[in-house]
Amino acid sequence: MILPIIRTAIVSLRRDRAALALSFILPISFFSIFAAIFGGQRDATPKIHVILVDEDQSTASQQLVHALQRESSLVIMTRPTSKDKTATPDYTAATAEDSVKAGDAPVALIVPKGFGQNPISFGPAQTGSGIQLLNDSSDIIAPQMVIGLLQKAAMTSMPVAMAEQGMKYTDRYIGGLTPEQRKTMESNLDTLRELQKNGGLDTTASSGNSSGGIISVHERAVVGENKKNPMVSFYAAAIGVMFLLFTASGSAGVLLDEADSGTLDRVLSSHITMTTLLAGKLTYNTLLAFTQLTVMFLWAWAVFHVDLFSHIPGFIVMGLSTAVAVAAFGMLLASMCHTRAQLGAVSTLLILIMSSVGGSMFPRYLMPEGMQKAGLFTINAWAIDGFTKVFWRDLPITALWPQVSVLLATGIVLFLIARRIARRWEFA
Amino acid sequence: MASAPAVPVSSATLPLAIDALVKRFGALTAVDGVSLEVRAGECLGLLGPNGAGKSTTIRAIVGRVIPDSGSITVFGARADSAQARAALGWVPQELAVYPRLTCKENLVAFGSYHGLSGKQLAESVAWCLEWAALQDRSGDLAGKLSGGMKRRLNMAAGIIQRPRVVLMDEPTVGVDPQSRNRIFEMIEALRDSGTAIVYTTHYMEEAERLCDRVAIIDHGRIIALGTNQELVHNAFASRSQVLARFAGPVDRIAAWVKSHGGRMVDATAEFTIERSIEIAALLDSAANDGLELEDVSLRRPNLESVFLHLTGRELRE
Repeated sequence: MILPIIRTAIVSLRRDRAALALSFILPISFFSIFAAIFGGQRDATPKIHVILVDEDQSTASQQLVHALQRESSLVIMTRPTSKDKTATPDYTAATAEDSVKAGDAPVALIVPKGFGQNPISFGPAQTGSGIQLLNDSSDIIAPQMVIGLLQKAAMTSMPVAMAEQGMKYTDRYIGGLTPEQRKTMESNLDTLRELQKNGGLDTTASSGNSSGGIISVHERAVVGENKKNPMVSFYAAAIGVMFLLFTASGSAGVLLDEADSGTLDRVLSSHITMTTLLAGKLTYNTLLAFTQLTVMFLWAWAVFHVDLFSHIPGFIVMGLSTAVAVAAFGMLLASMCHTRAQLGAVSTLLILIMSSVGGSMFPRYLMPEGMQKAGLFTINAWAIDGFTKVFWRDLPITALWPQVSVLLATGIVLFLIARRIARRWEFA
Repeated sequence: MASAPAVPVSSATLPLAIDALVKRFGALTAVDGVSLEVRAGECLGLLGPNGAGKSTTIRAIVGRVIPDSGSITVFGARADSAQARAALGWVPQELAVYPRLTCKENLVAFGSYHGLSGKQLAESVAWCLEWAALQDRSGDLAGKLSGGMKRRLNMAAGIIQRPRVVLMDEPTVGVDPQSRNRIFEMIEALRDSGTAIVYTTHYMEEAERLCDRVAIIDHGRIIALGTNQELVHNAFASRSQVLARFAGPVDRIAAWVKSHGGRMVDATAEFTIERSIEIAALLDSAANDGLELEDVSLRRPNLESVFLHLTGRELRE
């Protein structure tokens, strides 16, 4: 008796393409995406872009720069990339900081003048000649990676400097181990011990100064240093866009209900044309999506202290652009599908894949480079980038033009395709 | 039953004129040269079985189907013109209303789609609610109404713009007899106000009660057109029908019925006779051939009989 039940269920599943897609294609797609991101594919490990300014131009600094350039996991940029291939001036400390603020790279290293005279710093971090690390605190991984690789580079690239510094320390603290020298050494060790005991000797890795290595690094966040809750605005946008896509496709699905019930036919027999109808639905879905985003950010403001009210113009511009794109996306899906069930399956499949590749589930900078580029084919990535510019980098509205252009163009193109496909409902 | 007004008509005054309408879906010819005219205050019935081409004809009139050939004019204007569209109302077979809107909200929505606004819209909504006897339910969600009420709302939404020509596509499907009567009264009121109505149905009783003229349609063609009496008279003249049921083997009964010029319809033998004296002769013959009579009745032919006579099939086959 059980066999017929199983057979019936198998036949039903085989004929339900939507259920088949959800059962097999979605898990495989998700597995592949996560495997690509976290599966340790060496070739695909994301490279960290680092802006490097060598103000010292000493032998030691140049050795360090060359060692860093040899690091396969870093992309060292000493000058801005020029779109027209013309030569651009090298970064300065100021332009490097601006570039980190603009999101061109998550980290900048400034090798200051005088670094070559005293490159190695055993013990507590030195002031003055230490390397400055400017970072965007939305990326918590890149600075740690860069600091580690910086120490490695120093160890391998500056043996002479290390030996010289060792001699200096020996000469300074040990000498020839005469009784007098021994006394001096003991005295210095006592002082160090006393400092450690009283907490005057910093032996922990602080966020400001990295003293755990042989090169003194002064770390400074130039983006997000004053943010109360750094990642909340990112997630408000990231999660918001994903659910906007779900809502938009669900809302656009009303078109299928209306076609099914005959209401669409009745509407089209009045003065309303298909273009007017779709434009009306696009406008409604856009307003719905914008309202959703507004509610989400108001919640983020009230509960997580996201600074919404000092970013109102940027929020409106990004919110409306995102809303137009997701609304048109929903309309396209609805016009392509023939039933609600089909729409549900297709939209779930596409939206989850778009959201994972586009950065709604985890930041794109964690992804391999190829996947980061693939993310640019999603609405999520452009929307999140735009909201990050507004809430994280505090950039002006004019800086949003790439995101706004792409989102609006996406909205228009998807709507036009949806309109074309909707001709099937117009006449028989 | 109201009769059609006997006034001279021209194409500009004729509410609806269809000429040689043809519509094909691939190899299937759904409408095959249909020509019809409907006058003001007239209810024209399109009577035919499922798949006969009734709904396709209606959908062609209302612009939802593009004909392959032929013409449709509404008060002299092409059916796809704005003028024609303003004069046409359509009650589709489906319950084409918004289930999450109230009755009143539905009527306001469809009125707005037809370009009504302000006082004109409010008056139309009030008139429709009254016409459909839904004033007391104006604030109820359409999805929560009973089947009959939903049908009435569906009809009201089809005439919200006060059209002069109304196309009703089987508006009583799935409705109980009581609600059906209420719907008939609504249609009669509309017709009496001078509206031209095209009414499709496969219920002979509805056509007989509501329609001034009936076009019998089968396989996309009009096979008969006229008043109820004209159709019956043309098909049967003064003849009547004898319906008889016999006990015994079906094959033997069928063979006997065929040999006496009758036919079997749902296990009932049906004969057409000129004079009542022929009944006695038939029954004698049956008795002589050993058939046991269970029941016998005499009836005047109706539209169902006409359809059967013309097509050899029943309306609801």
